[in-house]
Amino acid sequence: MSTAAPALRAPAGPVPERPTARVRPYSLTGGRGRCGHVLLMETFVAALADADEGRGDPGAVAAAPGGALASWLLPEVRAVLGLCRRLRSVAEVSALLRMPLGVVRVLLGDLADQGRIRVYGTGHLTGRPDRALLERVLSGLRRL
Amino acid sequence: MDYADSDATAPRDPGPGPGWQTDLSRAPAATKIVIAGGFGVGKTTFVGSVSEITPLRTEAVMTTAGEEVDDHTAVPAKATTTVAMDFGRITLDTDLVLYLFGTPGQQRFWFMWDDVVRGAIGAVVLVDTRRLADCFPALDYFESCRLPYVVAVNHFEGTARHSPEAVREALSLEPDVPVITMDARHRITVVETLLTLVGRALETTPGAVSRAVHRAAPSAAPEPSRGGRCDGSS
Repeated sequence: MSTAAPALRAPAGPVPERPTARVRPYSLTGGRGRCGHVLLMETFVAALADADEGRGDPGAVAAAPGGALASWLLPEVRAVLGLCRRLRSVAEVSALLRMPLGVVRVLLGDLADQGRIRVYGTGHLTGRPDRALLERVLSGLRRL
Repeated sequence: MDYADSDATAPRDPGPGPGWQTDLSRAPAATKIVIAGGFGVGKTTFVGSVSEITPLRTEAVMTTAGEEVDDHTAVPAKATTTVAMDFGRITLDTDLVLYLFGTPGQQRFWFMWDDVVRGAIGAVVLVDTRRLADCFPALDYFESCRLPYVVAVNHFEGTARHSPEAVREALSLEPDVPVITMDARHRITVVETLLTLVGRALETTPGAVSRAVHRAAPSAAPEPSRGGRCDGSS
């Protein structure tokens, strides 16, 4: 997805001063609603170690190609990267950051394209779970 | 605009959590079960009874998808509706995590169901016997998807206890669909319900020793007009 990168950059124009103003969710994603990665609600994602610019200090300069990464990443993207320093499911990212699922999917898809996060396989892709997985779930539930 | 910090009512991070969360070299297998039913039937209670985290809420923004059913003419500025879904998590093993998603039962949220049903083990359809019809959309939907499901009668205090067979008859359920009477507040009955569902999913998964008879299309049974559909293509 070569068009992915611009969506993550802060707008070039003047930034509104009102801190309470919320950007319409789909303006963050450039109107895109789908991405090429398999991002089910339970799919795990995590930030890759060298993409750790999600830390709180907005002035921090990340040692990544492109220079002062943290200063041009949208706050939403920084929040996603910060949260994903631990393994998270797509649904958890959406819930903990209070961002709609569709928006989270697009942001995560872009971040995956850029090598900033890793998308882990669920083991069964989009089909139904196979018998081996069901047996494991069954014995796991019996242990509860 | 900072989603993470600026909002005092932001959901709480579940905290350190299980060990798998910090080992980024590999992720556990993740799977999910859908908890469906009408409004107020106890979906979030069900999820909370067994989840290792306080149920979290994720939201999907509905825009033009709702135009046909939502009359926006009175409020021209309103173009979106937010649909909320509560979910919980159970670490079943160091390498296996189960998510439970409580989905809104209203018919106009089909688009969200397609999303949550993809890759799911199956569904628990929670039923309140005082409002049986509330679960019709869910039953129709799962039948059209061929998603394994069980019907769990959430027994509310002060309500008459109906036999599972009476519920089965009232809902025109196939004889092989399990019907359980349970209490969403009690963990043990919630776990039993999940066990029943996974057992049912095993029965209907290819490779079973005694494979269940493949179900006929939902339209084969003379049922009330429940009108659900599964859009597997989305």
